[in-house]
Amino acid sequence: MRQSRWWTVAGVVIVTYSFFPLLWMISLAFKPPSDIVSGDPRFLPSAWTFDNFSEVFSQPLFSRALLNSIGIAAIATLLSVVIAMFAAYAIARLEFRGKKLLLSLALGIAMFPQAALVGPLFDMWRSIGIYDTWIGLIIPYLTFALPLSIWTMSAFFRQIPWEMEQAARVDGASSWQAFTKVIVPLAAPGVFTTAILTFFFCWNDFLFAISLTSTNDARTVPAALAFFQGASMFQSAVPYVMAASVVVTIPVVVLVLVFQRRIVAGLTSGAVKG
Amino acid sequence: MMILVTAYPLGYAVVLSLFNYRLTDPTGRSFAGLDNYGVILRDPIWWNDFATTLMITLITVGVELVLGFVFALVMLRIVRGLGPLRTAILVPYGIVTVVSAFIWRYAFAIDSGFVNEWLGLGDFNWFGNRWSAIFVICLSEIWKTTPFVSLLLLAGLVQVPEDMQEAAKVDGATAWQRLYKITLPNMKAAIMVALLFRTLDAFRIFDNPFVMTGGASDTSTISLLAYRQNVTLVNLGMGSAVSVLLFLTIALIAWVFVKGFKTDLSRVRGDS
Repeated sequence: MRQSRWWTVAGVVIVTYSFFPLLWMISLAFKPPSDIVSGDPRFLPSAWTFDNFSEVFSQPLFSRALLNSIGIAAIATLLSVVIAMFAAYAIARLEFRGKKLLLSLALGIAMFPQAALVGPLFDMWRSIGIYDTWIGLIIPYLTFALPLSIWTMSAFFRQIPWEMEQAARVDGASSWQAFTKVIVPLAAPGVFTTAILTFFFCWNDFLFAISLTSTNDARTVPAALAFFQGASMFQSAVPYVMAASVVVTIPVVVLVLVFQRRIVAGLTSGAVKG
Repeated sequence: MMILVTAYPLGYAVVLSLFNYRLTDPTGRSFAGLDNYGVILRDPIWWNDFATTLMITLITVGVELVLGFVFALVMLRIVRGLGPLRTAILVPYGIVTVVSAFIWRYAFAIDSGFVNEWLGLGDFNWFGNRWSAIFVICLSEIWKTTPFVSLLLLAGLVQVPEDMQEAAKVDGATAWQRLYKITLPNMKAAIMVALLFRTLDAFRIFDNPFVMTGGASDTSTISLLAYRQNVTLVNLGMGSAVSVLLFLTIALIAWVFVKGFKTDLSRVRGDS
């Protein structure tokens, strides 16, 4: 019994490790800006206020960036997952030459240093006129998200008992029925998990977002955070940055809370034999 | 298409790196051969940034592996509350890196932070000194990525045969002996994958130093240097040369792992 209590204590320590910095973020987001100028560093606010949130949303820098972030991440994720679905299906079901090469290549690209592409993309995007546009960010995101999607999804697809489709056909289902009633429910969790991981990736990017945008037109939230200023020159921007941070963290926390088990499966699917 | 978007710009970078080329002076484009590389490799800034990147990589990956392993052990042993624990551990993983960087920066900053107050350090400027700044950068990086490492290691840990552990216990092996002789060798594959992923990832670190110091106090990394040359100074010739060197370094690290340490990714992945 003592043993298991010890592990529980360790578990509580890990939970604290995870949430302590978040509490700090939330505390800062609710602090009145005067708390920070006063040079009286306390962990909790002297008074809780929602003003930082309304201020942040009233600035086009943030509201527009939030829209850009959601739009760009959603489009990139959708495209990436759809394309990856076909690729992963082919990898799981067909035997073809270069299959292994394709997977290694996908992994190689996923590990590619993004900073090595920033210069040439910056120059190319300017000359073809897609610098500072949604599409200018979606293309590099796809490039890095797609290998990630293919890798994760093909690990899931390999575990699907494809013979079930045949069995359904034998039992008298039409091929459309066999597909929608048997294959889709089996494949959906993998596709879904891949979508979440891909979305995290696009949502998180900073390097491309700050290098390939220059105005509110396409700047995403991570890049916008770096440009935040206080309501006036004499006020600290800290509470605003944190309020904006809370907003972009909410979708992450919701996804994690709801799909915890699946995300773990997706993260580790490529790493060990499933 | 993936290859098009990575290989073409990379090829373009190689070409650009051979020229003197600034966007502010488009007509002054001239062939420079390998001069850009010569300038960079003789410049202490490159070696400084290289050393910083290397240090951050070694510290973060080392700490993450040990801490991640401890977390994985706890997750393996814990009976009740595994679900909430995994949820908690996934939150830092999902947090936007820039947000994590700001959280830690404000915690250590003189005006907004509580750390100096709690540790009784007065108005010590963490970001004014190279080592303390690197410490905070590593802290943010470690906080965010340890969960990923621990989940990878947990996946390896569950494959270690329990009966071998029991047998060793009966034979009188200590906990440390069992760890070194049974647990670690049996999860070598998972450890190598985590090590490879994290090393390559840590070596291209950009977000944390950008937000915390912007590269001041000797904390610039190679990615930051490439960004500054290309985007801030629009010195595309020099910037591209930095990009190519960054790519070569990463490729070299990957090659050492795959060939030197025999990290067989396809086998690990379970392809056959």
